[in-house]
Amino acid sequence: MILSAIAFYGFSSVAIAAGVMVISARNPVHSVLFLILAFFNAAGLFILMGAEFIAFILVIVYVGAVAVLFMFVVMMLDINLVEMRQGFLQYLPIGGLIGTVLLIELIFVVTSWAVAPESGGLLAAKAPALAEVHNTEALGRLLYTKYIYLFQGAGMILLLAMVGAIVLTLRARPGVRRQRIGDQVELRREDVIEVKNVPTGTGI
Amino acid sequence: MAEFWSLYVWPGAIIVAKIFAILVPLLVAVAYLTLAERKVIAAMQLRKGPNVVGWFGLLQPLADGLKLFVKETVIPSGANKVVFMLAPMVTFVLALVAWAVIPFDEGVVLADINVGILYLFAISSMGVYGVIMAGWASNSKYAFLGALRSAAQMVSYEISMGFVIVTVLLCVGSLNLTKVVMAQQTVWFAVPLLPMFVIFFVSTLAETNRAPFDLPEAESELVAGFNVEYSSMPFALFFLGEYANMILMSALTTILFLGGWLAPFGVAPFTWVPGPIWFAAKISFVLFLFLWVRATFPRYRYDQLMRLGWKVFLPLSLLWVVVTSIALVTFGWLPQ
Repeated sequence: MILSAIAFYGFSSVAIAAGVMVISARNPVHSVLFLILAFFNAAGLFILMGAEFIAFILVIVYVGAVAVLFMFVVMMLDINLVEMRQGFLQYLPIGGLIGTVLLIELIFVVTSWAVAPESGGLLAAKAPALAEVHNTEALGRLLYTKYIYLFQGAGMILLLAMVGAIVLTLRARPGVRRQRIGDQVELRREDVIEVKNVPTGTGI
Repeated sequence: MAEFWSLYVWPGAIIVAKIFAILVPLLVAVAYLTLAERKVIAAMQLRKGPNVVGWFGLLQPLADGLKLFVKETVIPSGANKVVFMLAPMVTFVLALVAWAVIPFDEGVVLADINVGILYLFAISSMGVYGVIMAGWASNSKYAFLGALRSAAQMVSYEISMGFVIVTVLLCVGSLNLTKVVMAQQTVWFAVPLLPMFVIFFVSTLAETNRAPFDLPEAESELVAGFNVEYSSMPFALFFLGEYANMILMSALTTILFLGGWLAPFGVAPFTWVPGPIWFAAKISFVLFLFLWVRATFPRYRYDQLMRLGWKVFLPLSLLWVVVTSIALVTFGWLPQ
């Protein structure tokens, strides 16, 4: 249908333009905003392919959480644009060299890409027909049956990364007074208040 | 040419008409929610509230709207102009587009998509961008502090909200909002999942930046938080967006836990009332809870807010997901 074609070209051209703007925008906050725009258009492309579950997960995880944290960090950077532009020519040769090497490697990888002939048959056999189930259900059936070990393994790696990041950054500072909610809740009136009946003129 | 009209123009016009049929009542509801808030809080504080403009102050929202409309739009000279003007639009648009998937009765929904609940969750998780962009683009320290608080707060409470939604989805077996409501025909989920209902309601308070979690706009310490530099219509868009979000979150609570448009008990005198009216009544009840909470509780301290989100709600909701799954599997209640 012509509408989906228009939508496809709209989403993909905006995604590419936003991607270019991410690396060419002067202001890093603008870069993050363009990155979010690119995510959105990628989600739109997923919806056009009928993969609505992945599309919304992309928006929830990347736009709703990851990019917020990016933004959080980038906003707090104190960036002086003039200072950043200094020494551009000085770093150009080495930066250009690394970029060229990476580009050549990428070209090698892409040109020599080959899918093992048996792997295609393996995948096609297991996927349920899309007419029978929604793609959320289809994904769930595959992910929690056939790929359960890989799925759990990926989860474990993420958990390890999280624990590692916390262990690396957690510092126990001595001498910090903290509020202990449990102590406060356990506190009884008798522990802190003593009511005395003082006779007039004598004192305690 | 005739094909062009029947294929594109008429369906497009019908969709636009449906959108207006949702948005116009919504905006009227937003306007009168502001009045209701002032009236309810006034009643709780033994005052009268607005009672001068119109009968019982009923024209007060119009007067407020007119006042905001004719004021001057001020853009601070140090502000990042594009992002500064984009932020209120983002907030307002996000609060409106979420209504596309809300079912008002069986089959009465603009877009009955399979992953409706994910759509709502995605839209509500993006609500933070309006606040962050406003705080950063204003180039003001109060606005910036408000934005930082809001970012941390909304990301934290989203996680426990996600787990609560997972619990409900385990009992439904579908991500479609109509199916979520239809699964509550025997009993509303607020009864078997009462702790989750409470957690979800408190999380929606934090997600909409309402009291007692209104730290991003804590007027006693941050002036007005992220929207301190805004005036006139951009400010009105933030304001309308916040109230539209409140109504949206109430609608979501109603759909997930209070049976959506279903009549209570499903017996004769209750079923005579049409579904959309039940839906509106339940939303109004949840909104009243929002206002009641605002009139009752003092603002949370920032570290208490974080503690509640990460150390209380997150473990509780995670535990409840496990408990629910075990119960569903052991007793064979899993939905097919």
